[in-house]
Amino acid sequence: MAPIISIRNLGKTYAGGQVALDDVSLDIAEGEILALLGPNGAGKTTLISAVCGLVQPTSGVVTVAGHDIITDYRAARSQIGLVPQDISIEPFERVINTTRFSRGLFGKPRDDAHIEHVLKALSLWDKRNARNMELSGGMKRRVLIAKALAHEPRILFLDEPTAGVDVALRKDMWELVRQLRADGVTIILTTHYIEEAEEMADRIGIIDKGRLLLVEEKAKLIHQLGRKTLCLFLQEPLDKVPSALAEYALKLGEDGRTLIYEYDTKAERTGITRLLADLATAGLSVRDLETRQSSLEQIFLNLLEDAA
Amino acid sequence: MNWQAIKAIYVFEMSRTFRTLAQSIVSPVLSTVLYFVVFGAAIGGRIQSVEGISYGAFIVPGLIMLTLLQQSVTNASFGIYFPKFIGTIYELLSAPMSFIEIVIGYVGAAASKAIMIALIILATSTFFVDLQILHPVWMLGFLLLTAISFALLGFIIGIWAGSFEQLQLIPLLVITPLVFLGGSFYSISMLPEFWQGVTRLNPVLYLISGFRWAFFGVADVPVGLSIAAVSAFLVLCLGVIWLIFRTGWRIKP
Ligand SMILES: Nc1ncnc2c1ncn2[C@@H]1O[C@H](COP(=O)(O)OP(=O)(O)OP(=O)(O)O)[C@@H](O)[C@H]1O
Ligand SMILES: [Mg+2]
Repeated sequence: MAPIISIRNLGKTYAGGQVALDDVSLDIAEGEILALLGPNGAGKTTLISAVCGLVQPTSGVVTVAGHDIITDYRAARSQIGLVPQDISIEPFERVINTTRFSRGLFGKPRDDAHIEHVLKALSLWDKRNARNMELSGGMKRRVLIAKALAHEPRILFLDEPTAGVDVALRKDMWELVRQLRADGVTIILTTHYIEEAEEMADRIGIIDKGRLLLVEEKAKLIHQLGRKTLCLFLQEPLDKVPSALAEYALKLGEDGRTLIYEYDTKAERTGITRLLADLATAGLSVRDLETRQSSLEQIFLNLLEDAA
Repeated sequence: MNWQAIKAIYVFEMSRTFRTLAQSIVSPVLSTVLYFVVFGAAIGGRIQSVEGISYGAFIVPGLIMLTLLQQSVTNASFGIYFPKFIGTIYELLSAPMSFIEIVIGYVGAAASKAIMIALIILATSTFFVDLQILHPVWMLGFLLLTAISFALLGFIIGIWAGSFEQLQLIPLLVITPLVFLGGSFYSISMLPEFWQGVTRLNPVLYLISGFRWAFFGVADVPVGLSIAAVSAFLVLCLGVIWLIFRTGWRIKP
């Protein structure tokens, strides 16, 4: 099946010379949930903004449902709903009017039944006649989502939907995203939280310094993210790893006093107990030990190396 | 054309007008009444009539123009500046609508509101003076053309402005003085030769003169020139809008 969004060699350099996107290519399949992970300033928002028409790309081609976003922008944009990162909302308007307004902007005739459905799905129906400024932050974010869904888009962009949102609401948000996916909506969301990507996404894209380092099925990536290292500090230095311990693929530190074991926290058996027993059998005594979780930064670095 | 989108913007903007109806209307009406009291009573006592028209009636077209210009510029500039300021402009930019449709929505709403207020002032002034309108169709034509042209100017200002101060700069520093010096409250024939020449450089003179002609059939400059001047201004504003549209100036990084 042709991808619903196809991004080819997309580049964006802002007026100040800041390179925010560097040769990004990405295909997004209809109906999937793609999470974009990356540190602050990685270019996530710029990527979304370029696809949605808020930012003029410097280079590259993007098509949405086969429509070029520049030459055929009407057809392309009418497929898309956008929930921006910042809560920008008309303060004095009432919830229901702002939502209706969004539907109108997308060229759709008024449909009170659909607006009611969207507001109810977001638990905003009771607040429909409240002014936007009277809402809490989490409610405002939901109004933004309601606005984005008002015109029944096939694709929904959620730029950090759970930033500043409490745990209960975050769960609700995840539930909503799953619901939308069940309705066949393609969802692209950005987040800083690995667990959020884990929870929701089918695929995860990692972006840093404007470059898309990798796009991977969630399961595969989690495997990499779930790696930990165990460092064993020995009493006596070794020349080489004893052959009895070959199956653990241990690495020996430069000083000969450290053995490094990599394992998967998600695996059924991490092998640590057995390793410790085998160390004792081999006559090695351990002075101290330490475990390290790969940090996001480390994973980025590893990915960069892998990509090179 | 995405007519639904134009309608959505228009309705949204007009609903803001009606939500703040009292302050939208009270303040221009009040200031007009003040002008009548101050200019009509104080000066009208000395100047009985200008070109055969009672002074009170003579200043009505100028007063209406003053409000019309201020209103169309401020409404349109605020209308587009506010979404830029609070960030809701993202929605306009991501919607399947062209810049032209955005312009029609905002400028249409701003001009409508300005014309509404102008007509209310016209109605108010009939309580103070006897008015005749010789060419009502031309009068409405001038109202419409002027409101649209200056709402376009306001829209451009709103796109350009980077702060609320800048937003108010042009109406305050340019429009109001030009209206005052453009023969709102006097006929330029009352000025010395030199100042008549200077005044002819003021574009607003042509507007007020043409508008006054629609009321009383007397004008400072030939009415054809007035029509040409408004039309030229309209075309100029449309040209600038087109340039903004082509370059994405100040709206898209
Ligand atoms: N309008 C702009 N003008 C100039 N530079 C910009 C603009 N918007 C973003 N940038 C720069 O582009 C880079 C990418 O920014 P972007 O907002 O896309 O990052 P992000 O991944 O969304 O970050 P965050 O997680 O903090 O939201 C940053 O270095 C930022 O400073
Ligand atoms: Mg961002």
